[in-house]
Amino acid sequence: MDWTKLFELVVSSALINNFVFTMFLGLCIFFGVSKKMETAVGMSITFTMVMVVSAALSWVVYQFIMKPLDLTFLKIIVFIGIVAAFVQSADTIMKKVSPSLYYKLGVYLALITTNCIIIAVPLKNAGEHYNFFESMAFALGSGIGFGLALIIMASIREKLEVADVPAPFRGLPISFIIAGLIALAFTGFSGLITL
Amino acid sequence: MGRYRKLISGPIFESNPVAVQILGICSALAVTTKLETAFVMSVAVLLVLAFSGLSISIIRNHIPGSIRIIVEMTIIASLVIIVDQFLKAYAYETSKQLSVFVGLIITNCIVLGRAEAVALKKPPGTSFLDGIGNGLGYGLMLLIVAFFRELGGSGKLFGMSVLRLQTEGGWYLPNGLFLLAPSGFIIIGLLIWALRTWRKELSEAE
Repeated sequence: MDWTKLFELVVSSALINNFVFTMFLGLCIFFGVSKKMETAVGMSITFTMVMVVSAALSWVVYQFIMKPLDLTFLKIIVFIGIVAAFVQSADTIMKKVSPSLYYKLGVYLALITTNCIIIAVPLKNAGEHYNFFESMAFALGSGIGFGLALIIMASIREKLEVADVPAPFRGLPISFIIAGLIALAFTGFSGLITL
Repeated sequence: MGRYRKLISGPIFESNPVAVQILGICSALAVTTKLETAFVMSVAVLLVLAFSGLSISIIRNHIPGSIRIIVEMTIIASLVIIVDQFLKAYAYETSKQLSVFVGLIITNCIVLGRAEAVALKKPPGTSFLDGIGNGLGYGLMLLIVAFFRELGGSGKLFGMSVLRLQTEGGWYLPNGLFLLAPSGFIIIGLLIWALRTWRKELSEAE
């Protein structure tokens, strides 16, 4: 196992190719839950966990079932099925096993299926022919990157609540401009690691 | 007749899925560095929206409420796979540029949103037209953003040179920022601002 490669994958997917700021994925959730710090943190934790597990499941299914049977063209529908099934079962298990955790993070679980990153990562893993550990590293990095973006945005938007923003800009337009400026800052990371 | 016209024209301005309801922005930003990719993406989304609305609406009385999301997802995913395979077969270059984004139409909130809000309740004809209307609204926003990004970033429209570049003996120095991610966010932000200044009632309340 090549640790350097794995580390590079985590860093590059979290910072350099951050899904939110360079590839525009997961924006619906990004703008939806970044209003408060608390929800942003809850979402980041839940999302990263679901991301890693569903990427692992998708990888196994893709390599051991779909490739031998020559069904790779069905990957979109299979991956979304895996994610939806996993999210649904995680929801049920969490409700039974740990109601307190469910009470805190359960609401985010349902939202995750509509996050494009969750389906983009397995698709990328399949497209780039990553091996199992590389897929894991990529999924972990993407989860961290999304969490990072969410938390940065939430901390700015909390301050913005008290700022005097011109009426037509209030709410989403100003958030878009801020996201643009953060994305501009993130372009500074480009070229840090070349894979 | 007026009712049908409203189904199509409503989502283009008053309830535009991208600019007013802020749905489906992921792909709206990712594919807009060129008008060509934006156009192909708009057509793809329009077709998926219209036909998913039609087919979900036809079987709406037979779908049990508890598994409706899975049924909707399956129908949408099948349509997306058809579009994806079609593009790979007939427009390979463009499908390379669109990469995973065609596949991501599945998680585009507009499609699922229309399926939930309209196709499950209204007859097939209405759902079909509603899909077309929303697809047009989405496409319009995509084309506007792509227009600015391609013109500013490379001085071209649909791949044809409009502003002559300095490297080709013209006067225009392309602004590379337009091709990078930040400009996408900022242009959408400014578009929503413009729309809200024009239609005051769309502004967010205090």
